[in-house]
Parts: sequence; C-alpha cells; structure tokens
Amino acid sequence: MARIAFNNVWKEYGDQVVLERLNLTVGDGEFCTVVGASGCGKTTFLRMLLGQESPTRGRILLDGEPLPAEPGRDRGIVFQRYSVFPHLTVLNNVLLGLELKDAPLTARLFGRARRQARDKAIQMLDAVGLGQALDKYPSALSGGMQQRLALAQSLVMEPRILLLDEPFGALDPGIRSDMHRLVLDLWRKLGLTVFMITHDLEEGFYLGTRLLVFDKLRVDPQAPGAYGASITYDLPVGATERRLYEDIRDDVRATPRALAAAVDAAG
Amino acid sequence: MKRLINLRPSRSTGILLGLLPFVVLLVVYLAGSQARLADNPNDKLLPAFSSLGDAVERMALEPSKRSGDILLWTDTAASLQRLGLGVGISALIGLVFGVALGTVPYLRAGLSPLVSSLSLIPPLALLPILFIVFGLGELSKVVLIVFGVAPFIIRDLQQRAQELPAELLVKAQTLGASTWQIILRVVVPQLLPRLLDAVRLSLGAAWLFLIAAEAIAATDGLGYRIFLVRRYLAMDVVLPYVVWITLLAYLTDLLLRIASRRAFRWYHQLNGEGN
Repeated sequence: MARIAFNNVWKEYGDQVVLERLNLTVGDGEFCTVVGASGCGKTTFLRMLLGQESPTRGRILLDGEPLPAEPGRDRGIVFQRYSVFPHLTVLNNVLLGLELKDAPLTARLFGRARRQARDKAIQMLDAVGLGQALDKYPSALSGGMQQRLALAQSLVMEPRILLLDEPFGALDPGIRSDMHRLVLDLWRKLGLTVFMITHDLEEGFYLGTRLLVFDKLRVDPQAPGAYGASITYDLPVGATERRLYEDIRDDVRATPRALAAAVDAAG
Repeated sequence: MKRLINLRPSRSTGILLGLLPFVVLLVVYLAGSQARLADNPNDKLLPAFSSLGDAVERMALEPSKRSGDILLWTDTAASLQRLGLGVGISALIGLVFGVALGTVPYLRAGLSPLVSSLSLIPPLALLPILFIVFGLGELSKVVLIVFGVAPFIIRDLQQRAQELPAELLVKAQTLGASTWQIILRVVVPQLLPRLLDAVRLSLGAAWLFLIAAEAIAATDGLGYRIFLVRRYLAMDVVLPYVVWITLLAYLTDLLLRIASRRAFRWYHQLNGEGN
C-alpha cells in the first residue's frame, strides 16, 4: 500500500510558485533521496511532509488519510543542525520522547517505568554507537556524534517515516560515509520509510532505493518565480548509469545559473 | 612595533592595571581630605579615614543608643529582604509571562502590547500611586521594584524564547510533545539560565528603585539611612554605606553567576565558557 501519496500538489507564496504538479507515490519501506539545486523546493517538500506547510492545491495522503497539518510522532526528523536538545544529556535526549508519550502531565517517568524506558533508550544508543557517552551533553559531542544522537532520539519513538534534512551536510567525508552505513543499517533493520534531502547528488545516487530530482522545467527570464519546480527524475537507485548521473548533474547545475541570470537581468 | 590593538597585557599586568584606577582614586581622596582638613579641622565633606573607621565601628559593631539595634545590620537585612522579594517576584512573573508570550502566538498577540506599554511607564512616577494604594509599608516598596524590573525580564525572556531554534520545537513535536510538554521540558529548562542572566542585568535597576523608595518613606534600610544622615552632612556614614551597597551588589551578582555555572553546566559549555 502507498504510504505517502502526493496528488497534484502545488505550493505557492503569493505569485511565487515553488512547487507545481507534484505527483508521487511512495510505498512502505522505500528509501527516497531527494536532490536538487537550492530554491527548487526540496525544503518546501520536506516541510509539507512534516506538516509545517500545507499545499496550496492538491492533497497529501499518509496511508490513505490526509496528512495531519502539524508535526507528529509518526514522522521523525533529523535536521542538519539543532536536532538535539542542548540542555539534556545524551541519555535524557533519547529518554525524552518516551517520557512525553507516557507522562502527558509531568513529562517525566519515575521508578519502574523510568527504568524500562531507560533500558530502551540505552539499547537505541548502543545501536548508534553512543553507549559510552550517556551522561555527556551534546555540546561535548562531535558533529557526527550529535547526528547519531538525533537519529537515536527519533528512532526510539518508532516513527513510520523518517525525514532527513541534509543530515550529513556539515560532516567530514569520512564521518559521512560512516553515517551512510549507519542509516542504511537502521533503515533495513527497522523497516522505515525514509526521505532524505541532500545537496550531494552522488550521495543520492547510491544511498537508498529511489532517487527524486527536483528541478524547474521552465525558467522565465522575466519572472523567475512564475514557474515552480517539480520532480524531473524519479529513478530506482542501482539501475542507473554514469552517463545519466552526469546528465542530471548538468541539468541541476544549469537551473541556478538560469535563475541567477534572470535575477541579474531583472536587476 | 605591533599595532596597539594587537598588544595584550599578561594576566598579572592585567590585574595590576585593573587595580591602578582604584589606587589612584584612593590617593586623590586622601590628598583632598588632608588638604581640606588642614584648612578646616571640622570639614565634613571628605572625612579622614580615621573618622570613617569610627563611623563604621559605630554603625556596624555598637548597638544604637536609641533602639539597641546594630544599625548597619538591621538596615542591610531590611533592604535585602525588600530587594530579594522584589527581584524574586519579578523573576517569577518574568518567567511565567516571558515563556507564555514567547511560546504561544495567541497570548503574544493579546498581551504583548500591554507589556510593552507597561514597560514604558517610568516606575518612579508610579511611586505616589503605590504609596496611596499600598500604604507606606513594605508592600509598596516591593511593588515598585516589581514594576521596575518585571516588564524588562518578561520582554527579555519572551525574546529568548522566540530565539530558540525552530528546529527544536519541531523536533519536540515529532517526539509527540504537546504544547504544555514543550513548555515544561524544552522551553523552560532552556530559559532558566537566561532568566538568571536577565536577573543579573536588572539588579542595578532594582537597587535604584529600592533606594528611591526607602529614601522617600521608610524607617530602616540602607537607602533610608544614607538619606537620613545626609541632613547632618554625615559623609563619614554615607561613604561607607555606599561602599557597602556596592559590595552587596557585587556579591549578589557573583553569587548568581556561580549558581548559574553550577546549575546549568550545559549552558556555559554551549557558550564556550568551559567547565
């Protein structure tokens, strides 16, 4: 069954069209990487999935139901920055979600319930390799470790969908490939549906099962905002050739140049 | 030769440089005092250190002839109680309203203009009203401090709450947090160290309002005493009192700073202040 469906979704701000004619069906357990130039609606797409933004036209369905219009427990997120709570230790960051769920009023667990939640949190932290850092504050962790923590914090809630917003963009290349392995591993083990936004086309090409390229099909030099972006390539990962990768790369690179030229011409 | 902006004093030089102005001030005072006293042994404006010492002994060690109290301590206790109550209540009001306004857009829309207007009223202009409404007792002095300080703290904390990265609030929601839970577990804990910062910043104003209120209507307190002895040109009492008030202000600030470091290690780590 389709987990997420976009039915002819448009997103406009005034006369700025950001996304147009977006049609997409994503099934259970797919791992979609979303690539595209800046300003091509990747972030808007993610914000709509989160529920932070609603489409101006069209509908988004989650398991056949309209997507809730605010963020919720069924959709976990890891941002590039500010994904973990600086005032909580590593353990408490992961414990937080469990406490929120079981203690609506105090948002804290005590006694046996706390011990159970603690065990679960530690298990999750072990899975991401943070079992040795339970009592540290996030500011004492490296960037990669903070993102591991952010993953553990989201995944302990067993979300059905995991959204990743350029989660490894700020990391060193070596650390980044470790993180790729970790994410793929968790995705397989937990059977998640993943959307990962990335700047790095190559990352999109070998990570996951499906590549979505966001791009503008038309750019009007007189009015750069008149046409929105849409999905220009929707490819299964692994079955693509080098040649296609280069084509897409050239396409994606051409759009910001055309937009910049339009802005320069208008200015 | 390096540029001036690139020259840095060593630690010990820095401390010496910092002490230098104090020494200069002391020397200037001593010289002025001696010159005036040589001219007129009854001069009261710049008393000699010996008479300052006598005054301190009289105020801080000997019971007053009239009441049997040791005046410096009863004054200090009275003033600190008013200051503590005023600032404490302000901090509480500031936290509650700052968090509410900073987190809930509907409350912000409804109350922000009111808070902004209230914060524009010069608090001392309200003092007569406070005396009329609350009488000349403790309450009006405490209320004056609250009026002077709370709006600042509310606005500061509201600002800080709005500056929390939106990502954190979204993240909390994806963990299933309700508005109340977000306030309880995300917003308030992150604002508490910032509340201490705001309190430290507002202490100067709080002292100002305290001394003003005591000067106008009180029967004890540090501000009351210096305005009382002013009538007799008793600089030998006023000067030590001013130094004492300064010291108290410094110590409260220091205490709050230490408390913040102890209680909110994460905050000071985050701001790169080490452990």
